Amino acid sequence: MTTLQAKQVSKSGAIHGGAGHNAADDGFSDLHPAYSTLQAMAESNRCLYCYDAPCVTACPTSIDIPTFIRKISTGNPDGAAKTILSANIMGGTCARACPTEVLCEQACVRNVAEDTAVEIGSLQRFAVDHLMARDLPHPFKRAPETGKNIAVIGAGPAGLSCAHRAAMLGHNVTVFEAKAKPGGLNEYGLAAYKMTNDFAQREVEFLLGIGGIRIEYGKALGKDISLAALKDSYDAVFVGVGLGSTNNLGLTGEDFPGVDDAISFIEKLRQTEPKSDMPVGNNVIVIGGGNTAIDAAVQAKRLGADEVTLVYRRGAENMSATEFEQDLAKTNGVVVRYWAKPVAIKANGKLQGMEFEKTELDASGKLVGTGETFEVRADQILKAIGQKIKTDDLAGMEIAGGKIVVDENYQTTAPGVFAGGDCIKSGEDLTVQSVEDGKQAAIAIDAFLKSA
Amino acid sequence: MADLSCKIAGIDSLNPFWLASAPPTDKKYNVVRAFEAGWGGVVWKTLGIDPPVINVSSRYGAHHDQNRRLLGINNIELISDRPLAVNLQEIRECRAEYPDHVIIGSMMAPIEERAWKDLAQQIAESGVHGIELNLGCPHGMCERGMGSAIGQVPEMVEQVTRWVKESVDIPVFTKLTPNITNILWSAEAAYKGGADAVSLINTVNSIISVDIDQMVPEPMVDGKGTHGGYCGSAVKPIALNMVAEIARSPETKNLHISGIGGITTWKDAVEFMALGSNAVQVCTAAMIYGFRVVDDLIDGMSQWMDDKGYTSVEQFTRAAVPQVADWNELNMNFDTKAVINPDNCIECGRCHIACEDTSHQAITMTNKPEGGRLFEVVDEECVGCNLCYHICPVPDCITMEPVKTDKPPMTWPEHPLNPMRMAAE
Repeated sequence: MTTLQAKQVSKSGAIHGGAGHNAADDGFSDLHPAYSTLQAMAESNRCLYCYDAPCVTACPTSIDIPTFIRKISTGNPDGAAKTILSANIMGGTCARACPTEVLCEQACVRNVAEDTAVEIGSLQRFAVDHLMARDLPHPFKRAPETGKNIAVIGAGPAGLSCAHRAAMLGHNVTVFEAKAKPGGLNEYGLAAYKMTNDFAQREVEFLLGIGGIRIEYGKALGKDISLAALKDSYDAVFVGVGLGSTNNLGLTGEDFPGVDDAISFIEKLRQTEPKSDMPVGNNVIVIGGGNTAIDAAVQAKRLGADEVTLVYRRGAENMSATEFEQDLAKTNGVVVRYWAKPVAIKANGKLQGMEFEKTELDASGKLVGTGETFEVRADQILKAIGQKIKTDDLAGMEIAGGKIVVDENYQTTAPGVFAGGDCIKSGEDLTVQSVEDGKQAAIAIDAFLKSA
Repeated sequence: MADLSCKIAGIDSLNPFWLASAPPTDKKYNVVRAFEAGWGGVVWKTLGIDPPVINVSSRYGAHHDQNRRLLGINNIELISDRPLAVNLQEIRECRAEYPDHVIIGSMMAPIEERAWKDLAQQIAESGVHGIELNLGCPHGMCERGMGSAIGQVPEMVEQVTRWVKESVDIPVFTKLTPNITNILWSAEAAYKGGADAVSLINTVNSIISVDIDQMVPEPMVDGKGTHGGYCGSAVKPIALNMVAEIARSPETKNLHISGIGGITTWKDAVEFMALGSNAVQVCTAAMIYGFRVVDDLIDGMSQWMDDKGYTSVEQFTRAAVPQVADWNELNMNFDTKAVINPDNCIECGRCHIACEDTSHQAITMTNKPEGGRLFEVVDEECVGCNLCYHICPVPDCITMEPVKTDKPPMTWPEHPLNPMRMAAE
């Protein structure tokens, strides 16, 4: 039984208040239905309450996992939520979107003898959802106002995490967001079945409950605001702009209608309601081997595409998509083809398909084409071959390897300007890492302002 | 399969597993189901003098663990609330239909000679194998001068036992309450009164929980709660000690013992019998899971006996009694150390933090170069307390290994540092 099947079996039987699949499932209901109280009780009691627990070390935000799970087991889910949120204010999104199978759950000691980790992600969601459903006052209090003003560029996970922690430390924060809504990739980039019921917006609303944070929408860096001006007007600046641009295949016809970035496809899908209004091809090719490629492929299939073919230039073991995500693609009927790279886009008035060349590793371990080609027909091609930083508006900061350079205190080479999230090189390109970056940067900014 | 038949107070039983006097043995319907399931006998729910008592609604409170497993129940139910004649007729029918199964009649009456003797005779005439004297219920009946109100006064225990022994010619079991300071006083009283056996323990007086929304002890009866009788696996250690004390006391060692108190598994039953019980009674486990639990009680004990080479239960009955000692008889020169098997360790760290915070700082935690953590016992600091051994979630990961020593056994009374000994010299 695959991990995916195991999870679905264990969670689909929610009969006591659980949010199991309903009859009107459009393919975009919760991938992992929320735990019922009974499920949370049973699973929380599997936790051994380890000391100096490996799962905490494995969490980029160092959530005190044994403590929050124990609180669930004693009937204190709101206390559990506060434990989570004190380390990770976006614990609700991370509970839904984190690849827990390669983070906390991989480190769970229950794997050692039993091969089945405690389902930490589901328990975390149970606790945070419980608190957020109660409409209580915001659980954290602000320190006395410092009178300092911080500009945050980007209302994504890094920016909002930074804003929340900075506000908590007593600073006033103005967030500048290019888009019309906050949340960044939580709102625009995660698969729809991971973020149901407008969760990204509800989470931002919850986060802003701390006070001291103002968001200005439609303010894009380089267009409506400039780093230099912000530096002048604010005591410190945090840059959490993410990766604004995508990589290209370098093939003729990439601008042909029907050839899109997977990121744009997902963004459009996330903003479409009902999801059935979202157009999708009959035969869809997705290029790439990361979680974004899987997200695009699975969602295309769930939207009703007849055939979705995911093509990756190396083998399954080289994919950055986790094993769980790869299984998800397969169980959703996505055809996965390994060891092939795109060489031509085929169009004849309209998109026809794509030609691929088979690949292999040569004697030196380098990826090379074998010369053997094949075609896959397609009326839609989605590229998920990575994002890159949009450098135009980041003048004044050193950029290396496609990322903004920061020191151990998240400060860029521009004094007073800090950065975090996908635009810097920290850990994985994950929401949870961005939240950690934002939190740590806020703490560093606080120290910077106090020493200034 | 080993022979599980046993004899207690002269009564032959198909197996040592009886249902205790309690709600499960309230009427023929239940008793028939119990016999069909395989129970060797039942102690019928306590009979009193008519008119029958009236019970309240809401009768049980529960002690759950965090996973909602029942560790114990307490109850405020009184004795049988059905007319005596109905109960006696059903006992007659059960005796006729199940001649090989044991039925003991449990009874309770006010502290009057005539009351005890008349009721005992009526019950005996129904054909029961024996009579059990309920001197234990710690709730309700004691407020009427019965149950533990009698069982807590050794003179009354002796008196009541004698009255019943004088009035019937079948074995008499005196059921003892644990809600006393010294179980031997009531056991000795029962023995002096002529009891053939003692049954123990009855339930432990308790308030099991409080509803913290309504601020009322549970179980709640229209906004109020009262103390009740605690039973289930949580009370087993209390019962084991009392059984052992009676079995090893020179004054009471000849009493047969019907062991009661949280017996849930066959292993519990073996432990009760090893400490002096000739047979056992079960209630809470059946209330939680149904009469079918007897299947594994029988099967598990039988399998264990086969594995150990026992062919009858008498061979291990009381087998652990000689090893029950007073603290002053323990060897002060014995030393044992915890040993952690790193191959079985799942690195939860629980042994380390338990020892570090609450014991002797004898388990170190170090990061392994290849990743993960290594937990090691510091022999010089380890006092052999067993805490790590017990809290480790992995069976056989931590073992306790005796240290080889040349020192001869030495008890505290013999110990050179004992000031009492030095004073005596």
